[in-house]
Amino acid sequence: MDYLLETSRIGISFPGVKALSGIDFRLKAGEVHALMGQNGAGKSTLLKILSGVYRQDEGRIFLKGREVNFSSPTEAQHSGISTVHQEINLIPTLSVAENLFLGIQPRTSSGRLDWKKIHRDSENILSRLDLRIDVSEQLNSYSTAIRQFVAIARSLLFSADVLILDEPTSSLDKDEAAKLFAVIRGLKRDGLGIIFVTHFLDQMYEISDRATVLRNGEMIGCFEAAGLSRMDLITAMVGDAQAARAENEPSKRRARTSQAPGDERILEASGLSRSGAIEPIDLSIGKGEVIGLAGLLGSGRSETARILFGIDAPDKGDVRICGSRLKPCSPIDAIMAGMGFCPEDRKTEGIIGNLSVRENIILALQASRGLRRMLGREEQAAIAGKFIEALSIKTSSAEEAVKNLSGGNQQKVIIARWLASNLRVLILDEPTRGIDVASKSEMQNLILSLADQGLGVLFISSELDEVARCCGRAAVLRDRRKIGELSGDELSPDGIMRMIAGGESAA
Amino acid sequence: MRAPNIKARHVPIIATVVVFGLLYAAASMHFRNFFSLRVFANLFTDNAFMGIVAVGMTFAVLSGGIDLSVGSVVACTGIIMSKLITQHGFDPFLTAAMLLAAGTLFGTIMGCFIAFYDLPPFIVTLAGMFFARGSSQIISLESIPLKSDVLTAVAKFGIPMSARVRFPFAAIVLVASVLAGTWIAQFTKFGRNVYAIGDSEQSAVMMGLPVRRTKIGIYALSGFFASLGGVIYTLYTSAGYSLSGMGLELDAIASVVIGGTLLSGGVGYLPGTLLGVLIQGVIKTAIIFDGTLNSWWTKIIIGSLLFIFILLQTWIAKSARFRRSGP
Repeated sequence: MDYLLETSRIGISFPGVKALSGIDFRLKAGEVHALMGQNGAGKSTLLKILSGVYRQDEGRIFLKGREVNFSSPTEAQHSGISTVHQEINLIPTLSVAENLFLGIQPRTSSGRLDWKKIHRDSENILSRLDLRIDVSEQLNSYSTAIRQFVAIARSLLFSADVLILDEPTSSLDKDEAAKLFAVIRGLKRDGLGIIFVTHFLDQMYEISDRATVLRNGEMIGCFEAAGLSRMDLITAMVGDAQAARAENEPSKRRARTSQAPGDERILEASGLSRSGAIEPIDLSIGKGEVIGLAGLLGSGRSETARILFGIDAPDKGDVRICGSRLKPCSPIDAIMAGMGFCPEDRKTEGIIGNLSVRENIILALQASRGLRRMLGREEQAAIAGKFIEALSIKTSSAEEAVKNLSGGNQQKVIIARWLASNLRVLILDEPTRGIDVASKSEMQNLILSLADQGLGVLFISSELDEVARCCGRAAVLRDRRKIGELSGDELSPDGIMRMIAGGESAA
Repeated sequence: MRAPNIKARHVPIIATVVVFGLLYAAASMHFRNFFSLRVFANLFTDNAFMGIVAVGMTFAVLSGGIDLSVGSVVACTGIIMSKLITQHGFDPFLTAAMLLAAGTLFGTIMGCFIAFYDLPPFIVTLAGMFFARGSSQIISLESIPLKSDVLTAVAKFGIPMSARVRFPFAAIVLVASVLAGTWIAQFTKFGRNVYAIGDSEQSAVMMGLPVRRTKIGIYALSGFFASLGGVIYTLYTSAGYSLSGMGLELDAIASVVIGGTLLSGGVGYLPGTLLGVLIQGVIKTAIIFDGTLNSWWTKIIIGSLLFIFILLQTWIAKSARFRRSGP
């Protein structure tokens, strides 16, 4: 057996969804192996199986040639697979030393915890990672980067063979990331196998020896990082662009005819930025325009939407609707001005599952009217009925609980909610995620027809062909920065990918 | 890269020490004879049962939980103890040992419900509180005097501090309980796990700590200290009564919080709880010295102190969060 960790035909299903199937993942000792894929590709599901959180439905896992079956994360850890999660699982108010040794503290001969040894050993272990800090200090007085190092050091105490790092750099700045990479290289020399999940392409190339790409729960392939071009990598992650483009040519033409960029700017954002979310960005949406925000996962798409809608406060810049400036960080102000937002995670942030279709639809309208001007029951029913018909929402009745509707219809309910109030511009974050193909094109056509009626739409999607098909113009983001705009013939899946792949790495 | 060297977790206990020092100094200056060995020893004796109960409560609060059953466990322990010894002639020491075991078992059972069914400690120990209170009233509605020469002798025992003042038995048990509690909290894996669970139960699970076992241990420990408090209370009052210890659980929680333990869990020190108990004692004693004030003023002052400490905690939690998300 050449491989440190090997899976054979692993698959797992969740109610109604095949989350992973036929994964043959192979990790060598002494390599950094990147796990790449879009949101929903199955990366985190695979990690959860490897770290003992989920049990696979089919297939087998071999660690150092021996078949293993983990029933808990603790068991995986004791067998030599340690995971450092994105949200670092340590105890913030305890000291650094204690976080390292919690649960495995050495004791003196009289049976009490040996604090001297704990502190001495902690200093030794951290100095192996080239980290010299006061280990008696509380963990939460240190930066995220240091906490990450402490989490890694703790997993080394469990004599790890395999170290899983789940998006370790997502909240680190450039210097901190460089320091982390130095540590990773050191561990690699010690013979550990490291699985590295990231959505930063540059970092993948910087640190990884090989990369396994997942898409829609299937393994696209395992590549040598050195011989893999950016274009090929992106193609593997997002799917075959050429085919997608040919297939979508008709509706694309439609998108362009529907684009009638009048002088009237509905939404204008200038110099909008927030540290750790997005570098200064300009956006403008005209009446009847569908503007795309394209980019890979983590490029700052959703972050931009959140700032526009006033959920997060911008550090700089402002947002104007029809010329009047919005108060920052005030969603109600955005709603009153005519903005609507369909969030990426519609189950927790969009719908209120236990309320009926009717109640969900009138929500924003009622909010903008205030409690003193309650909508009458009949009025509510009339509004709900109108939109159920207009958007052809498939529901047994207006009184059905929204959670019982399919994903696409839930999305329509959210759109209806905004249409019911005085909507001028609609922000859609991944409106077609998790809904089937037929509903997808129905949703896309709905968006186009809404734009025909004069609505401005900001369309966010990680599916490039969808952006190319629906939008008249698209801003392309990479590494939390707008790198350009595409329109006309240039706006194609190919063109977007070339723009993301091209040029120097964004610092 | 590092924040200023202020340990946020030390702020509440420093505040406790300062408050105790100020109150004690103020009372000593205002009232003649307040600053005396006898008054100091009495602070411990008169509040011994509450302090012992508060030691167990500290573990519950440190883990982010609460134990509302302790007051009725004190009553239940007292009434069973008096009945068995006075009316049935049981051996006093054997009875006390049996009651300590029973209190621990009672806490263990509540701990099992909390750990295995993921029930909120508030509800489980509220049920425990009603159960223990009801049981003591079924045993006897009347107060039962404790008649045992041996126990009277034990209660009278004390370590001489000066020619006329002794540090009595109840106070010794209180100090021993606080020392034992401190040792458990600082020098055992169990103790450290309590802190970890209190700060972040999710992380504690992911770090592979025995969260369930620890939770059961916490309520077993609290049950043990509650019944120990019951035994000491019975010696102190020389009787068992089914309505004694009403609201004691809330006084104990107040001591824990004024003693610098965060109500949300994860931060706190056992000696702080002792100070919290003594602060209440100083206020009570000062009001008795004054002689003109109604004794219910104690509650008003304790209430205000509690309020200030909760505000302080919220402020600390906020500034800690700010630092965590800061650059």
